[in-house]
Formats: sequence, C-alpha cells, structure tokens
Amino acid sequence: MTATELSYIRAVNEALKWSLETFPEAIVLGEDVALPNGPFGATKGLHAQFGDRVIDTPISESAMIGTALGAAVSGLRPVVEIMYADFLLVAMDQIVNQVANTRYVSGGELVPRLTIRTQQGATPGSCAQHSQSLEALFAHVPGLRVGLASDAASAYAMLRAAIASDDPVMLFESRRLYPVKGQVELDAPVEDVGGARAVRTGDDITVVSWGSAVPDVLAARDSLAADSVSAAVIDLRWLSPLDLRPVLESVEHTGRLAVVHEANRTGGFGAEVVARVTETIGRELAVPPVRIAAADGRVPASPVLSQALLPGSGRIRSELAALAARPARNTRALSA
Amino acid sequence: MELAAYYQQMCTIRRFEEEVMALVQSREIAGSVHLCIGQEAIPVGACAALEAGDAVIGTYRGHGWAIARGVPLAELFAEMLGRASALNAGRGGSPYLMAPRYGFLGENSIVGAGLPMAAGAALARKLQGGRAVAVVSIGDGAMNQGAVHETLNMAAVLGLPLLLVVENNGYAEMTPATALTAVPAHERAAAYGLRGELVDGNDPAAVAQAVRALRADVLATGRPALLEAMTHRLVGHYSGDAQAYRPPGELAAARQADPITRLAALISETEADGTVAAADEAARADVLAALDLARSVPFPDPADATNGIYAEERR
Repeated sequence: MTATELSYIRAVNEALKWSLETFPEAIVLGEDVALPNGPFGATKGLHAQFGDRVIDTPISESAMIGTALGAAVSGLRPVVEIMYADFLLVAMDQIVNQVANTRYVSGGELVPRLTIRTQQGATPGSCAQHSQSLEALFAHVPGLRVGLASDAASAYAMLRAAIASDDPVMLFESRRLYPVKGQVELDAPVEDVGGARAVRTGDDITVVSWGSAVPDVLAARDSLAADSVSAAVIDLRWLSPLDLRPVLESVEHTGRLAVVHEANRTGGFGAEVVARVTETIGRELAVPPVRIAAADGRVPASPVLSQALLPGSGRIRSELAALAARPARNTRALSA
Repeated sequence: MELAAYYQQMCTIRRFEEEVMALVQSREIAGSVHLCIGQEAIPVGACAALEAGDAVIGTYRGHGWAIARGVPLAELFAEMLGRASALNAGRGGSPYLMAPRYGFLGENSIVGAGLPMAAGAALARKLQGGRAVAVVSIGDGAMNQGAVHETLNMAAVLGLPLLLVVENNGYAEMTPATALTAVPAHERAAAYGLRGELVDGNDPAAVAQAVRALRADVLATGRPALLEAMTHRLVGHYSGDAQAYRPPGELAAARQADPITRLAALISETEADGTVAAADEAARADVLAALDLARSVPFPDPADATNGIYAEERR
C-alpha cells in the first residue's frame, strides 16, 4: 500500500469518487454538489464523471434527507451533503423521526442505507448560525451512527466505512481542517463503522478528543512534553458506535482523564465519556475527570469574541497541565 | 375493477375500522387510533390503478391503504394489538406500520413527512429505469407543512415519477380545512409546476380513473402530479374525539354521501339481489376471522425491545 498526501477535503472527494465507482447504486445529492462542484469542493469532478448520479437539489434540507431515505429503502445508496451542520436542524424531523426509526420499526425489511455528510465548527467570522458543533444532539439518537474525522486519513476511511454501511451514518467534517494535508492510503481495506484510535501513548494523563479539537490537543501535548508531562491522546472518531476500550485501557494506566471537544460543555458528548469511564472504572481515577470545551454560549461572529469561548491549544495546554499536577486523592493513588 | 369488487374492499375496510374502534374502547388496542371511515373509496380506487412495483406511502389514517394494497387483515390486527405480528412485530402499531413486501412502504405519524420519502422512492424508480411510480397520500392539513412544499418543488425540478393524493376530508385534525388553507391543494399544484386534478373521493371508480390517468401522465412526461380527492371523515380525528367542533347537521349531511351507502345503492340497481348483503356478510366474516387469528399471535419478547436498531455488525 502506498500513501498519498491529500488535504482533508480532497480525501473526502476521493472517498466519494471511490463510492460512486464501487457501488453502482450510490448517488450523491445536495446543494451545489453537481455542476458547481460543491461549496467546499468535496464533490469536485464527480458530476463530470458520474453524470446524473450526482444531483443538485433545491435548498430544501427536509426534502433532501427524506428523499435520500426513500431512495435508500428502494435500493439506492445515497450520500447527502448538508452544507453546514447548523442546517441539519431544518431537517430534524426527517433525521430523527424518519431515518432513525426506519430499520427498527420495519424489522430490518427497510434498510436506511444512507450517509449524511456535513461540516461544522467555528472559523473566524462565521456567525452564530454557521458555527455550532452539534454532534451530541445526534449521538443521543438511537438508530443513527455518528462520526467525526480529525484528519485526512480518517476523513477518507470513515466516509468509505459510512457509505459501505447498511446503517444511516452522519459524518461531521471540520471546515477548519479542510485544507490540512495528511497521508492517505487510498487502496486500504474498507473499515467498519466504529473504532477509536490511540494516536499518542502517554503515562501521566489520558486525553480523549475528536474532530476539530484533535489537532489542538496534539499541539498541547507536544508543548506539555517539554515540561515532562506525558499525555496519551485518543481520537474517539466515532461517537456511535462508541469504542471506549482504548480509553479505559489508558485511564487504567494514567488514572487521569480529560475530554476535549469544540462543542459547548453542557450536554456535550464529553459528559457521556466521563460518565461511562466513571461508571466502569471510576475507582481507577486518581483525580476527578475534566471536560475542556467551548463555554456555554452562542458563537459570536467577531473573532475576538469567539476565541474567548473556544478551547484553543493554549487553554487546552494549561488545563491539561493542571490535571497532571493535581494531587492524587484516592486510595488507588495512595497505594500506588 | 367491477363495482362489486370496489364495494367488497370498501366494506372490508369499514368493518375492519369499526372493529378497531371496538378494540380501542375495550382497551385491547392501547392508545388511540385514527380511522378512515368515510374515506374508503380513495385507497380502494387508487390502489386499483397501481402496479405491484409502485411504492405507496400513507399517513397515520392509513389502515385503508394497507388493506387496499393487500396487507392481510390478521397481520394488521396483530400489529395494532401490540403483538409480534408478521408486519413490524408490534413496533409500528396503528399509526406507523410498514408493509413493504406488499408495496406499502408504510404509514407515517408525522403530518406531511411521508412525502419526502415518497420522492426518494420515486427517484430510485426513475434511476432504476423502471416504469413505476411512488404514490403518497396526505391530508388537506399536511399541505401546510414545510416538508411538503420543499418536496413538491424538488420533485418537479428533478422530474420524479411521484403522484400525491391529497385526501381532503374537510378537517385538518379538528379545525375546518377552509379556515387553514387559503388556496385548495389542486390549485396549488400549478404553482409547483405539477399537474393538479380534483376528484370525487367518495367514488372509487372515479378515483381509479383519475389515478390511472395521472400515473400514465407522470410516467410519460416525467412531471409529478397531485390529485385532490374530496371526501368526509365520518368519525373523529382520533378515536377519542367527541367532535364537539362540528356544526349541527354537518355529520348527518356527510353521512348522506357515505361512499359505501352510495355504492350499495348503485350496485342494487344493476346487480342481482343479495349482492350487497353477501358482500357485507363476507366482509364481516373476514374481519372476525382475521381478528381471531390475530389474537393467537403471541406478544413480542420484551428482551427484543432494543434489538434491530442497527444492522448486524460485520465484525
């Protein structure tokens, strides 16, 4: 296998191309995805190559997702692009009441084999309606699969896994990371949906993150290493199905857990990770776990304001340093 | 289809719905149901004009569509009784049952939400190169849902083989349709670039003729169509609806136009004596036999309540 250097968005493009080549029943639909080549270029060249299987739709998110569902249960394999995650909210009924119920209620007779791709997060100047990180809303809904890629390799692997899957999968890409390049193995075997990655090993603290926050966490980790703090970093990648095994293994070793996400704190998926670790191996925790997240607030347009809310690498570094330095207080630590 | 055959199906639906109402009142069916009593001619007429490969989607008032599509009565009863039915094993119930193997993708218990899915079924049929359409029934009230507007426009621009049947029963749930809708559905069709027609929804032969013609037109032109079928709901919006909002005399007048009484009178003019009575008796016997059979279906295993939410893992 040979790796190719691709940007995150090019990796998405390659995965879409692969799916249209691999599955004759695959279609791509969304706003500006065909003739305009995609608002962010994810679908560049696909209409030229695959014609009517790449479809420009009206600005009608409910109709788009419902159409994808009806097409899926009729034998197609649709991939829908929702331009911003914020726009998923326009189609909430179709996603939650329709897509998520179909397999269960039909007893598997109807297979909602569809992928919903979107991108999310704050970038300088993006306003409150184009900035939210909404993965926790959908991870709460049984019947949906939810993933967030933090780099080009995962963007390619996770999108291929999603499209190959028989379940409805929602992928929240990161607009901020679209230009970032990485090594992608284009001819790698297709993964199953699910699976976290231990991306850095470490002995002092365990840091769990996903999506756009992962590069910030890695930068903070490198900086902390200079101060002799050894942080393990786990990229969760999929919130559903949730693969906690590498998290539990690492926390059993370090006794200290931090969860970092760009989404705001209250009801964020970090709360679920902390709860599960606490329920499962709470006695292994030497200090209380911490969540590092955006402050609970609306995302303001001015970069001066939005930077104050978001968990950048500087804040992540200082909170992780504090976690590592905190005196152990439980019996495990005392007996260690 | 012969008038007698329409009559037989309509009677079966009526008897089925009456039995469902009794089962709700005796609490053998949990919760409330939405009956199509008075509207039977629409699904019966429409389904007579459809082919096996066509996709049909209904609403929570969709028992009649399921029966007209050929779903066995016993399976429907069992599903509504919360048993491990061959349809959805108790997961769909009265308002959200699915029977795709009978060409009935299912009911939908969110007003207007079946239309986007029907557009997708139509898109698949178009791309698969078949000669099939998707037919979706919604009520007059659903015409005011956002997803309906979105989908009608999208179906038109994408040229989808989609036929929308709007069952105008005079009431959007419990408020008169005329108070909530500025322009009737069939007139709105033109605004989306659809062909729009109006039909007497209490006349199964007229409905069948209209659906047959529109289905052919949709396939020939690639332009979706809308059929507004005028009818009356002769019962409440839901089983517990006392209908105090109905003006005096309205229901009595609507009963004068009961499609079953009307068709019985028509058949009596042309068919042998006893045709109607025999059909009534056959419907009664079929429904009661189906209910007996449904009652023998076991209840689902509570341990299965969270099974089948996702595909089997391939690992």
